[in-house]
Amino acid sequence: MTPPTVAPSAGARSRSAAQALDRRDRAWWQDLLARAVVGLGGISAVLFIAAIIVFIASQGFEFAWHRLSWSELLTGARWEPTAKPPSYGAWPLIAGTAWITAVAMAVAVPLSFAAAIYVGEFATGRRREWLKIVIETLAAIPSVVWGVVGLQVMNPLIQRLFDTPVGLNVLNAGIILGLMAAPIMTTLAEDALKAVPDAHREAAEALGATRWQTIRKVVLPHARPGLSAAVLLGIGRAFGETIAVLMASGHRLLPPSSVFDSAATITATIAAELGEAAVDSDHYQALFVLGLVLFCITFTINLLADWLVRGGRGRA
Amino acid sequence: MAEPARSRPAPAVEVRDLNLWYGTFQALFEIDLDVASGVVTALIGPSGCGKSTLLRSCNRIVERLGYVSTTGSIKVLGHDIHATDASPIQVRRHVGMVFQRPNPLPLSIRDNVLFAQRLHEPNRRSRSEQDATVEQALREVLLWDRVKDRLHERATSLSLEEQQKLCIARLLPTKPTVLLMDEPCSALDPAATTAVEELIWSLRGRYSILIVTHNMAQARRASDECVFMLMGRVVEHTPTERMFVAPARQETADYIEGRFG
Repeated sequence: MTPPTVAPSAGARSRSAAQALDRRDRAWWQDLLARAVVGLGGISAVLFIAAIIVFIASQGFEFAWHRLSWSELLTGARWEPTAKPPSYGAWPLIAGTAWITAVAMAVAVPLSFAAAIYVGEFATGRRREWLKIVIETLAAIPSVVWGVVGLQVMNPLIQRLFDTPVGLNVLNAGIILGLMAAPIMTTLAEDALKAVPDAHREAAEALGATRWQTIRKVVLPHARPGLSAAVLLGIGRAFGETIAVLMASGHRLLPPSSVFDSAATITATIAAELGEAAVDSDHYQALFVLGLVLFCITFTINLLADWLVRGGRGRA
Repeated sequence: MAEPARSRPAPAVEVRDLNLWYGTFQALFEIDLDVASGVVTALIGPSGCGKSTLLRSCNRIVERLGYVSTTGSIKVLGHDIHATDASPIQVRRHVGMVFQRPNPLPLSIRDNVLFAQRLHEPNRRSRSEQDATVEQALREVLLWDRVKDRLHERATSLSLEEQQKLCIARLLPTKPTVLLMDEPCSALDPAATTAVEELIWSLRGRYSILIVTHNMAQARRASDECVFMLMGRVVEHTPTERMFVAPARQETADYIEGRFG
């Protein structure tokens, strides 16, 4: 007698159904791999930031903890790390950075806002597209080229125009930095203008506002958070720029008292001195502390800009 | 073109032989239209027939697009709005416009009402005069009692119905003669639609109102005259009661009975 053929049990059937559903085929593995790769890319920014903070802090930590007076660093008037005894007052560098950044913004804000308003509100069609491309190209000019312009073009120009003995000064570096920061600020400001709903412009124009009245009374106020963020990011750019400033500022380690004084910035000082400071010496470590200060400033500025943009979106 | 039946005072808007192109696409063909003074005229017709374009030509806001060209003439109160000495700015002072979606400016309620007046009058008025202007305009649109305690709040915080009423109120301080309305109730719920419709009806007489609508019932109950447009042309222009009872043209009859559009 042959045993009756047994139908597969209910348990076996559901197991095979589960196997059929759980097919780890090529697409499944590709999906897993792609997710892992892009995920890694996504969080790599966080990893890099963390690694840089740890590195900078570790290089300057021993000195900052044991021998550095923070009040001297932030307010001391003499940056003489190689004198005997050395003096680590970074005030001249902080003041130089602030002066140059202020001049840079005085140049960049009107220029970039005017450009953004023209490109965003007035230019149309092909001219607008061309201008946007040119502005983006301007942003891509290497900073050393700007430094050469400061050294070879602006320097004699300033000497001739203002009759100063040196043309490498706050004015020169500020103008160069302003021109460098303007393109990215223009792009950001134009984005802010573009985010203003067209219904607002139409409403104002239907009420009899001219284009300029519409821009001044409706568009600019509405875009203010985005415009502020553009300025802040421009400031961040100006703070962090190194080589062009080093070439154009004259790099004089004293707090400037007018735009015609030469000055030094935090970044330029680090770039100029790190190569000649003995590794792990106090001088070397002090430069890393400066780097940390710079990092904190730009980080705060970026955070503030981000907060402004989000706040603006939330309110509107 | 069909001539309106009644005898009446000079028309508020006279359109003569108007052709309009968006680039190379012709949207309006040989429009002749007299918009009667002091009444509500409804512009009806299927989507894309050119009724909004015609409406937006009357204050030249259509030219915002930049690739618009026109021939023919439009006169508002006898003045050619395309004349070389006419600026769109002056035209828009006399011809107010209400849009499909309420579009209050991102300012306070008070500043919305005063916006146009401040543009047109270089000398700033005194505070009390401004207060009076705001109150009068908001009373006229039946909004005063609801917003008088929050004039400094953002206009965008109002309900859609209140926003649309505010958008009408802010036209009034410059004393316009013509109000253009582009489907002013299409973004509103039924109760708000009724309220805004009643408001529009109450403004009749003081202003000449030209209103675009998709809603046949609205055209029927809230207009004195009706203009039926099709394919960029005016097909028929008669008193509203006649159009809905005895349309002269077959296309009109087909449209209002819902056979197309």
